[in-house]
Amino acid sequence: MPDAALLNILKSTCDRFIVDSFDTTDGFPCLVIERNNIVPLCAQLKRHSDLQFNFLSDICVVDFLPKIPRFEVLYHLYSIPYKYRLRLKCPFTEGQEIPSVTTVWRTANWHEREAYDMYGIVFSDHPDLRRIFMWDEFEGYPQRKDFPLRGYRDEYNPFGEEPDWSEDQDWSH
Amino acid sequence: MTEMTLLDKSPGNESPIKEILLNLGPQHPSTHGVLRLLLQMEGEKIEALDIIIGYLHRGNEKLAESFTYTQIIPLTDRLDYLCQPSNNLAYCLAVEKLLGIEAPERAQYIRVMMTELSRISGHLLISGALPMDLGAMTTLLYVMREREMIMDLMEMATGARMHSSYVRVGGIREDLPEGFTDRMLEFCRIFRARIVDYETLVDKNRMFLRRTRDIGVISAVDAIDWGLSGPCLRASGVDWDMRRDNPYEIYDRLQFDVIVRENGDCYDRWKCRMDEMRESVKMIEQCLAQMPKQGPVMVDMPQIAFPGDKGKVQASMESLIQQFQLSAYGFKVPAGETYVSIEAPKGELGFYIISDGSEKPFRMKIRAPSFVNLQVLYDLCKGYYLADVIAIVGSLDPVMKEVDK
Repeated sequence: MPDAALLNILKSTCDRFIVDSFDTTDGFPCLVIERNNIVPLCAQLKRHSDLQFNFLSDICVVDFLPKIPRFEVLYHLYSIPYKYRLRLKCPFTEGQEIPSVTTVWRTANWHEREAYDMYGIVFSDHPDLRRIFMWDEFEGYPQRKDFPLRGYRDEYNPFGEEPDWSEDQDWSH
Repeated sequence: MTEMTLLDKSPGNESPIKEILLNLGPQHPSTHGVLRLLLQMEGEKIEALDIIIGYLHRGNEKLAESFTYTQIIPLTDRLDYLCQPSNNLAYCLAVEKLLGIEAPERAQYIRVMMTELSRISGHLLISGALPMDLGAMTTLLYVMREREMIMDLMEMATGARMHSSYVRVGGIREDLPEGFTDRMLEFCRIFRARIVDYETLVDKNRMFLRRTRDIGVISAVDAIDWGLSGPCLRASGVDWDMRRDNPYEIYDRLQFDVIVRENGDCYDRWKCRMDEMRESVKMIEQCLAQMPKQGPVMVDMPQIAFPGDKGKVQASMESLIQQFQLSAYGFKVPAGETYVSIEAPKGELGFYIISDGSEKPFRMKIRAPSFVNLQVLYDLCKGYYLADVIAIVGSLDPVMKEVDK
């Protein structure tokens, strides 16, 4: 069960950032936040002496096509001194930029690069936003729901799907 | 930070030390897979480096979205291929949480025992491979001997040496075979003595000590900031082990020490693993002693569990239908999301799964410990010599298949 103390501290300290909060099946609270509040909230969660979320476990992006807003970015935080876990959720639409949390936790660097590589999410103020798994010349973002599982057909991939040129795909970012 | 810039020196203002750009890997015996490091060096000193990964990228997360929950288990085997039961366990715990079920007690003990056995296997390989990278070939040959014993035990219980897929959603594939307990106890007895042998081989080797002590030092605060977990983090003095702090399965019933060291250098990371193997042996023995001698090893839910008994499938129509349904269509998982993480040999291994109520996950994210641990190289290698990079990479123990997911 989620720690009642944790919820109380969260409510009292970060209430102005929180849009919504609920308990999840995992037994730790989940906060829904606005994208402009990510960095100040994370910094506060890390700094606050009764919380100390000093360990960023994971950053995950989910594509909810065709829902609107389409994407959601999730942060799984852990507090090593207090053994708390916390999930932050931030829904956003295609084309919007997400502020990078590399200034709060340096480990976010590769997590965000992976999200950029797989979903094309641009993290503003990221020091080094490049592809990480795919090669630099690769076009498209493979983990988006509208990217075919076997890729697009070309000279190296005879089993891929025929690219649909009728719809003007925007790979610009 | 990582952008490579070759400094252009104006004539007459050249430094007597030459700037070199060196590619280490992707095919290099001591990168433990296909890891490419682009090193910018002044003489032999590392000024900056870039880490280039992705040579083994298989798109596990994308693939998982088109697989049923049972079909994903073999995919998880191929993450950290030295310690497959850990990967299976983390994934199955996540699915079980979504389903709201728990494995039977005996199955939980066997899962923990197998996970600890594979932890020994993984730690054993790196504690032999690190000295080999530094020129001490002997240790690797000896650890392979004991690793072979573990492989035999794995084969006996699961039928496969490497990719066992032993842990299933709701339990394990089948019960332990007859005579397994005795062989496991014998292994524990032999292995206890052998750890001392390795330590004598390596721990008193002056070359090894000179090349690992005070090399690649990282402080506790930096280690947490970089997201290190597992032995790499505990070597820097952070006392955090999920087996003790957020116990899953039956870890709360076992007595063990969490190995913590202070210096955070290559030697401490190596030593931490050596001592953890001792603790794992302890845990295996406790599991064998505490385990219920009989009982189910799979939940009694025909909609999730395979019939198990081949004879039953051939004799009973219902079991045949059950087998067919589960193989062909899988089982439905209630809609929801969960993040479950365990203490894998390399660190925190987490699975984040979103289910939309169908037989396939809507999204599966893997928090791979090797992937996160590896990026600390940016910080760790600076200012050290080229030869130290080999020791540092080895001491972080990255498994490239897990890094590239």
